[in-house]
Amino acid sequence: MLHFVRSLSLLLLTAGLLLAGAMHPQASPPSQQSAQTLVPPAAVPQQSSPPRQEPSGLNVVVLDPAHGGTDTGARGAGGIRESNLVLALTGQVRAALEKQGFTVLQTRKGDDGPSLDDRASLANAQRNAIFISLHVGSTGLPGTVRVYTLPAPQGTPPLAGALLPWERAQAAFLVMSRKLADLAQVQLSMRFKGSPANASAAAVRQLNSVALPAIAIELSNVSVQDPALLERMMPGVADGVAEAVGSFKQVYDAELAHGAPAIQPAQGSVR
Amino acid sequence: MSRRWRNRLLGLLVVAVVAGAIYIPVLRERIRRAARLQSQSIEQARRELSQPLGAAPGEPKVKTILFWASPEEDWELTSVTVELPLSRDPLVRSKQILNILLAGPVDAELRTLPPDAALLEFYLLPNGTAVAGLSESLATSLPSGIMSEKLAVDSILRTLEANVPEVQQLKILINGQESETLAGHLDLTGTFAVRASAAVAAPAAPPAVSAPPASAAPAPQKLTAEPPAVKLSAPAKKP
Repeated sequence: MLHFVRSLSLLLLTAGLLLAGAMHPQASPPSQQSAQTLVPPAAVPQQSSPPRQEPSGLNVVVLDPAHGGTDTGARGAGGIRESNLVLALTGQVRAALEKQGFTVLQTRKGDDGPSLDDRASLANAQRNAIFISLHVGSTGLPGTVRVYTLPAPQGTPPLAGALLPWERAQAAFLVMSRKLADLAQVQLSMRFKGSPANASAAAVRQLNSVALPAIAIELSNVSVQDPALLERMMPGVADGVAEAVGSFKQVYDAELAHGAPAIQPAQGSVR
Repeated sequence: MSRRWRNRLLGLLVVAVVAGAIYIPVLRERIRRAARLQSQSIEQARRELSQPLGAAPGEPKVKTILFWASPEEDWELTSVTVELPLSRDPLVRSKQILNILLAGPVDAELRTLPPDAALLEFYLLPNGTAVAGLSESLATSLPSGIMSEKLAVDSILRTLEANVPEVQQLKILINGQESETLAGHLDLTGTFAVRASAAVAAPAAPPAVSAPPASAAPAPQKLTAEPPAVKLSAPAKKP
């Protein structure tokens, strides 16, 4: 009898669990639920600190492979995912920059998805640094590259030496960001026919809170039939970016020597 | 209870559990389908209730400039001029213009906005700030990317700039809510300058636009969007 009661309880429990699942068709699987509620947000990968023995001049580049984690970004035919492509691109850009002696940090190294604020926080903790966000878009002439900065802000931009509103921190660095963007666009348009000669302005959310010269670079595009086309672009993009950053270092260091405030915000000045 | 009856009862329960396990996925699929249909009909009803007229047949025809994408022109915006009967009232005219832009060109390559996107609400405040509430399809159906999102917003800004001088800046809402980005890239937390949009779209700190004045609320209008008065196809001239 005891055996029967146990079997019956087990069956009723199974049936109950199945019915409970049926009553919540929109609920996530248990594994997803626990991931959403229990696991803390993906932390920004730990990076080694930039060398302190090189305090003067531009020496740090923060590379931001866009998207990641559940956010795949643009998706193309044949399963092309922007989040994977930009990670591979970042590796090549990093290698080219390190060859030139820059310390390179990444906002993500794997398929995790730090928040936009986490990415900006990593960048804002650096001094004498620039920020480059890498993207692959869904439109545009395949095989071309565009460089973006934020557009001119409405009203008076905040001063870099003063307290900066977090969501408008980039406004104080726009002049230098544009110089970097123009240099990068020139290098990339020389390597990729059909790319515009001048950098563009767009309200890219990722750049808003970065208190450094900051640009976004977008390759066109994920809709290509052959993903190899995008992979073949990567060495050229890496070389172009490294060349542009090398040229920008001269501009940056010259501005720094004159004490230009827009590239040297007071520490902890972003709120 | 005899052992025989116990076994029969146990067998019956096993059959019931197996049948339930087979039927439950079917039931879940039906529930999901019903939920989807319900949300679709809600969205459809919202669109029908809020959709203003495309063009006003009684009004005199005026030159209307629309901005579309131009793959041949380095993926910049290009303008097309058509003659349409538009209202003189800036609020009504803005709605008409945006609906015509959303209806889009015949050629899909020239589109900057997804075909299933719809204007759900539009308000114009006395200071020249317009608030355009667009359906979620604008965010979900638009191809992700800086360029595609910039083209979408710039086409709205430049079309409003060219046809409704009263609109100074624009706040874009998605499904009635403020959205952080359009489709992952372009910032929608601020307002876009309409009058300076020929140069760039610059988001700024949002104005206090929590509750539009009652007078600015659109009155319920005809539910079916009318087709544009002319066939909209190839761009006529560059901006």
